[in-house]
Amino acid sequence: MTAYLIRNVSVVGGAPTDLLIRDGVVAETGAGLAAPDATVLDATGLVALPGLVDLHTHLREPGREDAETVESGSRAAALGGYTAVCAMANTSPVADTAGVVEQVWRLGREAGLVDVQPIGAVTVGLAGERLAELGAMADSAARVRIFSDDGHCVADPKLMRRALEYVKAFDGVIAQHAEEPRLTEGAQMHEGEVSTRLGLTGWPAVAEEAIIARDVLLAEHVGSRLHICHVSTAGSVEVLRHAKARGVKVTAEVTPHHLLLTDEKAASYDPVYKVNPPLRTAADVAALRAALAEGVIDIVATDHAPHAVEDKECEWAYARPGMLGLETALSIALDVLGPQWDLIAERMSRAPARIAGLDGHGLDPAPGVPANLTLVDPAARRVVEPAELASRSRNTPYARMTLPGRIVATFLRGEPTVLDGKAVK
Amino acid sequence: MAYPPAAHSSPPRQPSVKVILAAADVTRVVDRIAHQILEKTQGAADTVLLGIPTRGVPLARRLAARISTFEDVTVPVGVLDITLYRDDLRRHATRAVGPTELPPGGIDGRRVILVDDVLFSGRTVRAALDALSDVGRPASVQLAVLVDRGHRQLPIRADYVGKNIPTALAESVKVTLAETDGADEVRLHGGAA
Amino acid sequence: MIRHLLSGADLDAATATEILDTAAEMATVAGREVKKLPALRGRTVVNLFYEDSTRTRISFEAAAKRLSADVINFSAKGSSVAKGESLKDTALTLQAMGADAVVVRHPASGAPHRLANWVDGSVVNAGDGTHEHPTQALLDAYTMRSRLGRLDGLHVAIVGDVLHSRVARSNVLLLSTLGAKVTLVGPPTLIPVDISPALAPGTDVSYDLDAVLPGVDVVMMLRVQRERMNDSYFPSAREYARRYGLDGPRMRRLPGHAIVMHPGPMNRGMEITPEVADSPRSTIVEQVANGVSVRMAVLYLLLGGNNR
Repeated sequence: MTAYLIRNVSVVGGAPTDLLIRDGVVAETGAGLAAPDATVLDATGLVALPGLVDLHTHLREPGREDAETVESGSRAAALGGYTAVCAMANTSPVADTAGVVEQVWRLGREAGLVDVQPIGAVTVGLAGERLAELGAMADSAARVRIFSDDGHCVADPKLMRRALEYVKAFDGVIAQHAEEPRLTEGAQMHEGEVSTRLGLTGWPAVAEEAIIARDVLLAEHVGSRLHICHVSTAGSVEVLRHAKARGVKVTAEVTPHHLLLTDEKAASYDPVYKVNPPLRTAADVAALRAALAEGVIDIVATDHAPHAVEDKECEWAYARPGMLGLETALSIALDVLGPQWDLIAERMSRAPARIAGLDGHGLDPAPGVPANLTLVDPAARRVVEPAELASRSRNTPYARMTLPGRIVATFLRGEPTVLDGKAVK
Repeated sequence: MAYPPAAHSSPPRQPSVKVILAAADVTRVVDRIAHQILEKTQGAADTVLLGIPTRGVPLARRLAARISTFEDVTVPVGVLDITLYRDDLRRHATRAVGPTELPPGGIDGRRVILVDDVLFSGRTVRAALDALSDVGRPASVQLAVLVDRGHRQLPIRADYVGKNIPTALAESVKVTLAETDGADEVRLHGGAA
Repeated sequence: MIRHLLSGADLDAATATEILDTAAEMATVAGREVKKLPALRGRTVVNLFYEDSTRTRISFEAAAKRLSADVINFSAKGSSVAKGESLKDTALTLQAMGADAVVVRHPASGAPHRLANWVDGSVVNAGDGTHEHPTQALLDAYTMRSRLGRLDGLHVAIVGDVLHSRVARSNVLLLSTLGAKVTLVGPPTLIPVDISPALAPGTDVSYDLDAVLPGVDVVMMLRVQRERMNDSYFPSAREYARRYGLDGPRMRRLPGHAIVMHPGPMNRGMEITPEVADSPRSTIVEQVANGVSVRMAVLYLLLGGNNR
């Protein structure tokens, strides 16, 4: 195994130092290290972050390998600075049995670019009717701890209560896609001025907020952990703030696109901007940014959702919702939060690793720690070119935008997955 | 190295402008056409004047007024917009459509005299003949123009010509009228000086 | 000159007025023996209809034919579209056939905007989902102007299912551009959120038809589908008709000069009674005739020159 000596790197924004990586761990840190056998990387001007952890990734395999595979999604993740991703359950077949989650887990190991941690479905076939075998998935080789029907809301309050209670047995967490389905029938975009102008059926903010309010009360009642996927409204932030103040064990994520883009993007009718929950207003974006800085929202998660060209190059109403995120997330966090490296490490690595219970991830580079880390060039600027992305799909909403920051290298347990900004394999 | 003195370069060309008809000439020419119409149409009986926008319209009105002064007959005047019949629509940005106004008695069975300011290629008159056949069936059609500058591209001739002006293709003839431009005048704008 | 007509917002006051003025000239053709003009000879207009709408399609067809354009009717029913061909592939087909204009009716809002990205020709929105129907607004404006002599300063009430109405959206945009004031009337469930800032500041909303009627010059009744009551937009057709339908007694609350409009097809007995629909105030038949003239004007202005 090659050793790497990373010279003059700022660890999470600290003073420049050297990092020696050997045998899968950070062996030594300090100025002026010597290691004649090690490959030397000059990291002057670069920042080392604990490898990013994405709690919300759609890898599409099995079922839609034309849009993404575990391997292509893993490569996109590594290029985005990630060392672990949690793969959502809405594949075909649905990841609602030990067999499917183990398949995804194994494919992740074979790709070997990031740790792929499968998420299990809460209900059989995401149908919202009866619980999937959550315990079997927890006990499988994939050791599933997060369960989610993402893409669908666990709308039935009794079923949600039971799921929250049941996963306590193995310290699981339910990640809720908060969307009251009766309030969003036929919904195409955020309900507001723009949806009225465009004649697209509205997705009202209250449909998200009502479910979050219900679920934090349920979680409090049964004493369970609850995670809220892709929080998108200012009202949701207020509900979460209130719940956290009461001591409810709730965590929440926000996506890069909800931190940057607004519903005005829909005016082009280009479905690359169609996503669920939808892009909201500038006031919502401001509230989400403040909540992320403050900690009411715990993490940034990408909701990386690759879609084949034919599912986006069509009428808005017929397009599938979702956008790519893995390869641009850090740049957008940097754009939104500025170079607050400790905050970025917390929101994109440490906290998501804690929520997911991923050992060995989310740890700042220090002697003895598994060498899961990424090197960022904060001074770089890049123009997003869809054709250059590693994802199999092209549905990035940031096409031709200039974004700050660039991932220079990523290490997974001491092995480089990205060097010089390029995937190693 | 300095450039050669300016004497070597040719002086800027002044576009030449020549007044062909002054205001009084225009009045005389209109009077003459009015007389010719009376002569050739046996007192302008059963005759309708249709002006082709823009300047054919005031010219038609003047002719009607002069005819009524000379012979005390009222000649109906109308407007024939030819925009939608032009053969060069696709060579320009979309042209605004103007009104076509036929006199109350219509044109069927009458002698229609088309009136325009300048006769040049003949394409405008071709379009006017097409437009005319879509709005009615006159007994006969004649053409009156203030100026004929030659260079016909179609087998078309005028029945009444105010003034023949021999021109080069590169030159242009500008007619201004009091009603549309503030003053009566016909000028020749030159090509080479 | 504009290249496509996708929304009422594409038209500024000067362009909209030019279309109405041109339509007035086009209207004279209807009274002639030869109802045909050569202006679009050799141009191809495709009617691409993903929804049945015979009246709109034949209106565009008549307009294009009166201007001597070649017309190809491409209906989604019984075509490759029904076999699942994508809008983009259809667009490329039309492009290959040399369509100079595509008139598109589509159940999805924004479909004409998408189409405009994929064809070189002009795209005319003939109604998209619950979004817009700009030529309907133009013909409505034309009808108001010919009946009342002006648009500037008129007060127009648009009554009914504004939420699902493409006619209402286009009318609010166009009428505001042309200086008319619009009041939208209907049950709160059928008035979309933030309609005034979304479309035209100065647009009023009222839930009380009787209060609005005495102050308007025009009342435009929108078609209301009975099925909306199954989705709880209102309790019953009868209650809707009682609160928001235009009947004889309500019509008599209008000022003497006021006119009654309806884009058709009407639900007689629902939003309008036969007494009103057939009264001299009603412009419903004129609207159909004016539709052809206005669409001729639109096609001429889009295709009549070299506007590329």
